[in-house]
Amino acid sequence: MKNLTFILIFILTCTSFNFPFKNYTQKINGTSKTIELVAIPGGKFKMGSSKNENGRKEDEGPQQTIEISPFWISSYEITWDLYHLFMERKIDNISLSKNHGKEVLINVDAISGATTPYIDMSFGMGTEGYPAINMTHYAASKFCQWLSAITGNYYRLPTEAEWEYACRAGSESLYSFGNDTSILKDYAWFKENSNRSYKKVGLKKPNKWGVYDMHGNVSEWTLDQYTADAYQKRNNTKNPYIVAKNTYPRTIRGGSWKDEAMQLRSAKRHQSSPRFKERDPQIPKSKWWNTDAPFIGFRVVRPLETPSIDDQNLLWEEKKID
Amino acid sequence: MKSTSNKINKNNDVSRRKFCKNTAIATSGLLATSLPLKSMGHIQENKRLKLAVVGCGGRGSGAVVQALNADDNVELVAMADAFKDRIESSLKGIKENFSDIKRINVDEKSLFTGLDAYKKAQDKSDVVILDTPPGFRPQHFEYAIANDKHVFMEKPLATDAPGIKRVLETAKVAKQKRLNVVVGLQRHYENKYINILKKIEKGEIGKIVSGQVYWNDAGVWVKNRETGQSELEYQMRNWYYFNWLCGDHILEQHIHNIDVANWFIGSYPVSAQGMGGREVRKGIEYGEIFDHHFVEFTYEDGAVISSQCRHQKGTMLRVDEVFQGTKGSIVMGKGEIKNLSGDVIYTYPNTNYWESDNEPNPYQVEHDKLFESIRNSNVISNAEYGAKSTLTAIMGRMATYTGKKISWEQVLNSKQKLVPDNLNWNSTPPTLPNEKGEYEIPKPGITTID
Repeated sequence: MKNLTFILIFILTCTSFNFPFKNYTQKINGTSKTIELVAIPGGKFKMGSSKNENGRKEDEGPQQTIEISPFWISSYEITWDLYHLFMERKIDNISLSKNHGKEVLINVDAISGATTPYIDMSFGMGTEGYPAINMTHYAASKFCQWLSAITGNYYRLPTEAEWEYACRAGSESLYSFGNDTSILKDYAWFKENSNRSYKKVGLKKPNKWGVYDMHGNVSEWTLDQYTADAYQKRNNTKNPYIVAKNTYPRTIRGGSWKDEAMQLRSAKRHQSSPRFKERDPQIPKSKWWNTDAPFIGFRVVRPLETPSIDDQNLLWEEKKID
Repeated sequence: MKSTSNKINKNNDVSRRKFCKNTAIATSGLLATSLPLKSMGHIQENKRLKLAVVGCGGRGSGAVVQALNADDNVELVAMADAFKDRIESSLKGIKENFSDIKRINVDEKSLFTGLDAYKKAQDKSDVVILDTPPGFRPQHFEYAIANDKHVFMEKPLATDAPGIKRVLETAKVAKQKRLNVVVGLQRHYENKYINILKKIEKGEIGKIVSGQVYWNDAGVWVKNRETGQSELEYQMRNWYYFNWLCGDHILEQHIHNIDVANWFIGSYPVSAQGMGGREVRKGIEYGEIFDHHFVEFTYEDGAVISSQCRHQKGTMLRVDEVFQGTKGSIVMGKGEIKNLSGDVIYTYPNTNYWESDNEPNPYQVEHDKLFESIRNSNVISNAEYGAKSTLTAIMGRMATYTGKKISWEQVLNSKQKLVPDNLNWNSTPPTLPNEKGEYEIPKPGITTID
């Protein structure tokens, strides 16, 4: 109940757009690495699952029509190649280029950097071209802030609602392609075909809007605090989002390489827990790394309407939650 | 029953006399506190156990919480660190991670700062956690056993051979006194390792003839020099990069993997030869240690273990142990045994421990076992293998620093003493920078060992 009072409506403060709303490639100065962004048009969709959906859990309902404002989403999960740029911070002070965005004006030096982990955080599953994993929600948020600072474009984690909207790509079925679990293997890496490991991003078919690996490969962080009754108590149906007051639990979406087919459904809600750091032998436990979550990664979104600076900071967790 | 108990007491008496004789010089004045032969492994089942931690970094703080979680009747009574701010942040972290606040029983009078703080904290306790940089471990361990404390101590157990000799001597005394000593080589408390070792003992891969052990990653934290710091304080803050404190990363981290090779083969190498250097991580803030080592360890029966460790960003990551036997092979990361045709004949079921609800966390298990053993008047003695695996890694480091083949006897009898005695805040550290702030880096073919 209390959490729901913190539902935030994104106030549209910025009305001029820098370029047309279409897919684009985000270049990153000082490297050959890029991020592909897919334009997701605004619209309405049914969030959650119907009562008779196969594999449904109570927290996926009631279904509600939700309105989402336009945004871009990275077509792939963020890879280790990109995440290492954030960890290493070697390109921070490369001078800004002409095409530097104007949405964000923050000093990159002010953004704290991830510590070097004590163990191989890829767990031997591969790095180049593979999705980054095991970062905390905080670390994923800081990646977004850093990416915003070096590009000038405003990036953040998706809200749970944006994530499901982009995943469904207009569908109302179990998966974005329909209900037939037997063809899930064409779209997703999961327990049945992953051989207990994540795979390079983008090897499977994308959904209708051109977004890859929304089902499976690695689960993905969203901004929201997880509450089981979030949908029941929702009183705002436009760009809903539950501001996190606690580190745990957060909503995680999409299922991963270790999960069964039903865990990959578009409506399925997963949640984070302190167990993700169980084997971190240090205290304080790392705020940057999980030791027990080699199945969680993330992707970034950029809203068409840039939020106010206060909201930008809120969504990057500029004030760290304890 | 009676005879067992007599035997123990007899051993204790013998060991005490021997210990006094052996260590009279090193610890004179301290022995007085240990004369009453009070508990010594006879702690009653329900006794409130007092815990002290020496070394309040992230690992020491973590170990305190694990110890408190291991046994409901343990309380933290004292903390020691060279630096006050480390104790403060540690205590804050412990309180945030352990809810039964009554068992965090410390106040200003039980928080000890400085280079001799370890004695004051230990004096208040029954059980001690030793978690400072490893260069200090021998003297802290010696003091603990001299004063009848049960011990949990982190790896490695020293940074030089004289330190290892002290630890080995102390380990004997601990055994005689029936004091429990658990060493934080936590793979020994991890079911996957215990389970695969049983398969080896049953002969499922035959005799181990070779292996590869890895700790390749991007490196660890670095602490910058701050104005007003003495050279000694700077080195102790940035301890990872100074050999007298850390022993280089072949010792500080890679010991885990080298130790598994020793454990699974069942002996210690007779010689080592290898190469290493400082290729990428060259800044003055990285002190004097290498950024990579590659060592061949040869065992008496001819088995050869190739050991590689690297702290270089952007290179292949791997932390693992792999072994080949006369009948099959093992990859520990996958928890997998194959036969000689390459067919998987066994996979440890909970290799993906995060998926399993019944796969215990080895960092917790090592404390559970320690307190269980204390309560049952049993004795766990990990110090000897901990010391010998530490010495194995020191042998590897000597091989890469000198570029020469180093034998076990050579390293065991090495007089190269890195850690100074009677350190105080006015002491000059054993290694000093030149006018550019650079420390002397070992050079293969030129560097020698005593």
